[in-house]
Amino acid sequence: MFGSYGEDLLAGFGETVLVTVTAFPIAFVIGIVLAVFRISPVRPLRIAGRLYVDVVRNSPLLLIVVLLIFGLPDAGLLLPLFWCFVLGLGGYFGAYVCETVCSGIRIVDRGQIEAARAIGLPFRRVLTDVLLPQALRAMVQPLGTILINTALGSALGAAVGISELTLETRSFNLDTAQPVLAFLTAACGYLAINLLVSLGVRLLERKARVLR
Amino acid sequence: MNSTAKTGTADDALFDQLGPRARARLRTVSIIATVVLLAVVTGMLIALGASGQLDPDRWAILVDGDYLGFLATGLGLTLVVGLVSTALSVILGVLLALGRISRSRWLRLPCAGLIEFFRAMPLLLILFFIMFAMPMLGLRLPTFWQLVLAIVAHASAIFAEIVRAGILSIGSGQSEAGKAIGLRHREVMGLIVLPQATRALTPALITQMVRTIKESSLGYVVGLSELLNNGKILSEFTGNFIQSFIGVGLFYIIVNIVLSRVAERLTSRVGKHA
Repeated sequence: MFGSYGEDLLAGFGETVLVTVTAFPIAFVIGIVLAVFRISPVRPLRIAGRLYVDVVRNSPLLLIVVLLIFGLPDAGLLLPLFWCFVLGLGGYFGAYVCETVCSGIRIVDRGQIEAARAIGLPFRRVLTDVLLPQALRAMVQPLGTILINTALGSALGAAVGISELTLETRSFNLDTAQPVLAFLTAACGYLAINLLVSLGVRLLERKARVLR
Repeated sequence: MNSTAKTGTADDALFDQLGPRARARLRTVSIIATVVLLAVVTGMLIALGASGQLDPDRWAILVDGDYLGFLATGLGLTLVVGLVSTALSVILGVLLALGRISRSRWLRLPCAGLIEFFRAMPLLLILFFIMFAMPMLGLRLPTFWQLVLAIVAHASAIFAEIVRAGILSIGSGQSEAGKAIGLRHREVMGLIVLPQATRALTPALITQMVRTIKESSLGYVVGLSELLNNGKILSEFTGNFIQSFIGVGLFYIIVNIVLSRVAERLTSRVGKHA
């Protein structure tokens, strides 16, 4: 009963992982660039960053995905479905990465920066020795949450014809008429991703912890 | 320090006040950035124009009364789904959060399990379960309630964690003081902790509304005629995909930005009282 259908489910899980690990780095790069835009003193860049984040955070993910999948070909840019979808995910979660990075930097107490400058540290060392170590530590947990959300968001691939875990679960259910088995298996897949990321986050946080 | 001044904002602790030379340099960088950004936008517009997407006839669908009315009906249903799901998920979320911090293990463990499980599931998988598995198990809901149930299952787990964080942020000194003057656990919760948590959670309520409005776009999958689904129908009917979905996006963005601004205002007001 599980047989070849089970293989489809496994392939779906693989696709979910593939979409997630492709989309997250894209989101990360977009988020960093946007964050640099938003904390830079260059007004036009700040406005552009703010506009992007406001537009994307207030639109449904599915809308962005659908707009890219149906809109890009109409605009003369023919990309494979997979890449349209991954770009949509990356662009969407990039806005959230930007928010995380900005608030991570804001978390560092201004007094620390003033103190670092008062003892004469040059700008670069204020960044690398005082600001970034603390900011990065504050970002680990929220970035892990964004990674998990990217994996959950990849389920929307089922609405646009990407054969990832959720879509394979639906076909498994329709083919075998075993709803409980189908959805429990899929749930285990998503739980596994969740646990793995949480574990990774905990390890990273322990590594990044400072002894005071 | 010359190189720092180049990137400094006057109000930032990282940098000194900008001198005249640094300010002039900042102005140059700003102009270059504007030119580059405009070039990117122009490039996109040229690409759109080359494939005929800037044809005014195509965009006319967004000023056509009938089409706009069709999208507005969709927006109406989106708001109804959003309101109903917000209300239900807030109630359920508060109950789950209270269960999770309850002193009885028989309440605590199942609530924690439910919260963690539904937070880890993608919304679409829950929706597929309701759409395809539940009818096989003998329960078929109308599409409206299929969508609302899926959103509520997911959103109440998320809201429960927000509530729990809100409750835990009320210092333990508060509830200890309550216990010290002889209040019962229920009284401590109802009279001391929850009223304070509620005030802190008002902005979260609106964020929850934004979340459920965004999630209601899965009406596209169940075939409920909410905003995104109506946008899809409009795009297929007129053949103008980019224009229809951008129009739909504007509806979502305007509604959600208005809600977010209200939330921000509430946050600053709550902050002042606290």
